[in-house]
Amino acid sequence: MDGLRLHARATAPIPLDAELEVGAGELVALLGPSGSGKSTLLRTVAGLYRPSAARVACNGEVWLDTARGVDLDPQRRHVGLVFQSYALFPHLSALDNVVAALGHLPRAERPARARELLALVHLEGLEARRPAQLSGGQQQRVAVARALAREPAVLLLDEPFSAVDQMTRQRLQRELAGLRRALRIPILLVTHDLDEATALADRICILHRGRTLQAGPPADVMQRPASAEVARLVGLRNLFRGRILGHEPPGATGERGRTWLGWGELRLEVHPRPALAVGTEVEWVVPPGHVVLHRRERPSRGEHENPVPGTIADLLVLGETMQVDLRPHADPEAVIAFSVPTHVGHRNGLAVGVSATVSLLADGIHLLPG
Amino acid sequence: MDWQALELTILLGIWTTAILLPFGVWLGRVLAWRDFPGKAVVEAAAALPLVLPPTVLGYYLLVALGGASPIGQLYRQVFGHLPVFSFEGLVIASVIFNIPFTVQPMQRAFEAIPREVREAAAVCGMSPWRSLLRIELPLAWPGILTALVLTFTHTVGEFGVVLMVGGSIPGETKTIAIAIYDRVQAFDLAAAGQMALFLLLLSLATIAVANAYTRRVLRH
Repeated sequence: MDGLRLHARATAPIPLDAELEVGAGELVALLGPSGSGKSTLLRTVAGLYRPSAARVACNGEVWLDTARGVDLDPQRRHVGLVFQSYALFPHLSALDNVVAALGHLPRAERPARARELLALVHLEGLEARRPAQLSGGQQQRVAVARALAREPAVLLLDEPFSAVDQMTRQRLQRELAGLRRALRIPILLVTHDLDEATALADRICILHRGRTLQAGPPADVMQRPASAEVARLVGLRNLFRGRILGHEPPGATGERGRTWLGWGELRLEVHPRPALAVGTEVEWVVPPGHVVLHRRERPSRGEHENPVPGTIADLLVLGETMQVDLRPHADPEAVIAFSVPTHVGHRNGLAVGVSATVSLLADGIHLLPG
Repeated sequence: MDWQALELTILLGIWTTAILLPFGVWLGRVLAWRDFPGKAVVEAAAALPLVLPPTVLGYYLLVALGGASPIGQLYRQVFGHLPVFSFEGLVIASVIFNIPFTVQPMQRAFEAIPREVREAAAVCGMSPWRSLLRIELPLAWPGILTALVLTFTHTVGEFGVVLMVGGSIPGETKTIAIAIYDRVQAFDLAAAGQMALFLLLLSLATIAVANAYTRRVLRH
């Protein structure tokens, strides 16, 4: 079995109910608010924390199995770990920090290999500097080089970009994306930054209060959250409550079936979900990208698809995009959030208090299970 | 100048410091990084000599190491004489009396090493021994040096415990601090003044050199 597998159950001191799989060459982001147990899971993989019941295996080798009394020391697990604080050895040069993790090589070969690794992270010429003489971004690179030095079976990154400024962060993220193409090992990235997770990860795994709630490609999780809890955790704002009105079976002419969703006075067309009984109360989401503004002066085609009239409750211009909050007449408590290019907003005369109509694209509407 | 007393004093300082170095590193690390039941009691016991009058400590040591106690009797069986009023007894007393001066600076020094740095050493594949030698000791070194200097100078200057446990036997237990007292009792203020000045300068120089060195280490 290639890749990393983790199961953990515990009630105290940190409650855990987590399952995680990271394939070889795959980058999985463990995403959750602070205190959700992300770092605890990472430390469990590294052997720095032991939940009361857990199993960790990597490439078929069991590192931890509390049921069978297996618990390898961190030294024997072959993980590369980049700490949030980098945890460089402050009294050693950048070169010696990397050499320190090269204990598996003959002594004479270590400096040359350390130089190669530092070159890989673009630190040529800075080998003799101590951590205190390096910038935050450079320190992070030393930490990455040191983590790779052991030729790890898995690479663990604990909020590796949180301590650097925005510019450096973007550059380091690009470098990581480049670096991972050369690595054929599982990479587990812990972050609380949704944008970072969606930008870098093949899959994201949502963690809340020690429980893994959903894992999948970022677009899937964002568009089809498994629960209202996940929808809230990934910051989906368009979360509403409706009622199943009825189903229409597929037509004989190849026309696909549909389900009708009641939302206040409105009747919305959504993907067919015949399993849901008529009258069932459901929560549903629509990602902002599937909310389309109707042109106010010149209605056009496609506007028959779930038109929702409302009043603009709030506008926020952020550079080239305008974020719009629309209060639908159907549900005066609710707010539909979406964004349009700023020039489109201006051309359509969007302003607070103005009436506008949007279409909620049926493809984007996702009914939450349970 | 009582050269015999001076030599004895320096020897006592070296022995005490040498014995307390590994003990202090061990106990300092344990107290800095581990939690265990009774830790507060251990910490309090290790700090006790700081607040206890030297005569009180000296009294208990005298009783504990004397011929009436099991420890004293066992010691006599093994070594042929009682530990009290001997150089070995002086070393034992001095070690116990100096525990807080060794352990506390070392404990603070180990506490100052971030947990992640120690964990990073383990994740890098370093064995606990290698981590101790390559990472922990170099990082704690300024604190360890401070502890050793404090212990040494404090041993050199100790009076009460030494007098209680050792008496004042020339060449065996008569340290320079006691020699000074002795000279003053004999109204030989010139000799007392000479030795007092020497002790003052020695202590001042040791601390100054250690501080300068520590600052240099910390800067790099």
